[in-house]
Amino acid sequence: MRKFGLAAAAALTIAAAPARADDTLFQDMGGQDAIAKIASDTTDNFLADDRIKATFDNTNMDRFRKLLAEQFCVVAGGPCTYTGRNMHDAHKGLHLDNADFNAVVEDLQKAMDKDGVSFATQNRFLARLAPMQHDVVTK
Amino acid sequence: MRVKHYAVWSALFVCIAASAAADDASAPGGVDQGMAMFDNGKLLATGGVSSLEGAGGGGLSTWALITGYGTRDGVGVDGHATYISLPAYSLWTEGAAVGLFDRVELSYTHLTFNTENVGAALGLGKNFEFDQDVYGAKIKLIGDAVYDQDSLLPQIAVGAQYKTTDHGNILHAVGAKSDNGTDYYIAATKLFLAESLLVDVTLRETKANQFGILGFGGDKHADYSTQVEGSAAYLFSRQFALGAEYRTKPDNLGIAKEDDAWDVFAAYFFNKHISLTAAWLDLGNIVIKDHQNGAYLSLQIGE
Repeated sequence: MRKFGLAAAAALTIAAAPARADDTLFQDMGGQDAIAKIASDTTDNFLADDRIKATFDNTNMDRFRKLLAEQFCVVAGGPCTYTGRNMHDAHKGLHLDNADFNAVVEDLQKAMDKDGVSFATQNRFLARLAPMQHDVVTK
Repeated sequence: MRVKHYAVWSALFVCIAASAAADDASAPGGVDQGMAMFDNGKLLATGGVSSLEGAGGGGLSTWALITGYGTRDGVGVDGHATYISLPAYSLWTEGAAVGLFDRVELSYTHLTFNTENVGAALGLGKNFEFDQDVYGAKIKLIGDAVYDQDSLLPQIAVGAQYKTTDHGNILHAVGAKSDNGTDYYIAATKLFLAESLLVDVTLRETKANQFGILGFGGDKHADYSTQVEGSAAYLFSRQFALGAEYRTKPDNLGIAKEDDAWDVFAAYFFNKHISLTAAWLDLGNIVIKDHQNGAYLSLQIGE
């Protein structure tokens, strides 16, 4: 009984500890290379998307591609470091609206479709990205 | 009555045609001239479908989502036609709704309830129809069902539906207190995106008997009562959802017991302009007929 109590206490402690990077999603998305491919395909979709491509007119796209891959990897729970600016600073002054944000989501979904990420896994990833709307959309 | 429906649908098609033309014209530049108001900026399915009473929601229940695909910088408009085939009755609804800046929703729907053979049995005449108009308004208060994935706060909206039904003399004869009434509701809708699950709970203050088709208030209970609507839908893809709904209803009339309603539904979103919802709906007892369950089919067209 006492043992059980200790086990329960340990379980509670683990549950209460700050969330450790869980890499289940990172694995389900295929790992680092697969995620870099998704980031790259997403970038291609952005540049082909009449709704948002003008946003990237003054962007170094090689650097953008690399930063997006880093960010996706971190968000998915992978062992990466994001070296770019935070979302608020990166989008400040771009005057993006919700339609722009959703265009980005659709371009990402298209890339994940192409790269064989299942719909349920896509949604787990999108759920982590969705709150960025608060920082990205300023209009 | 029919004239009004054709007007609604004609207006809708003109709208879609005009917008499609504007899209084509502006495609190279990427800037929507003229029809920028219809930004179609929301994600697929996030406007819900048209519920029985015309508001954005599921089939039976009204949700907190604002209908259509306009973002907070745009508007969306849609129309729907719904047919419900029950063993003893049939129900048609047609209507239109507009979503303004993802904040306010205004809707109009017309319901036609055909009593088929029951009409004859009751001495009203075979295929005797009750017609009802529903004028709805909804406003989103707080939360965003889609973006707020970092919080448990749902999207919350309040709304009202003014309903008026014809044949007031017959409604009074069956015990109804009035041929018109207003429902007030508060709806909470949350997309649990990581689980691909959409959930809604709605509380409704209403006097309506069988959605108002049999009038408002009754000999057994005349006043408002609080009723509950609950829905859950699992998203199988961006285009396809399966779900179930449950809705409690008042039981105001002495002449007939009124049951709760439920359904299971499948919704398919072809694109942001067309969706089709098919359901199996159970309304329970309606007047002299028990076990009124049958097929529900609803088409929504929007811009």
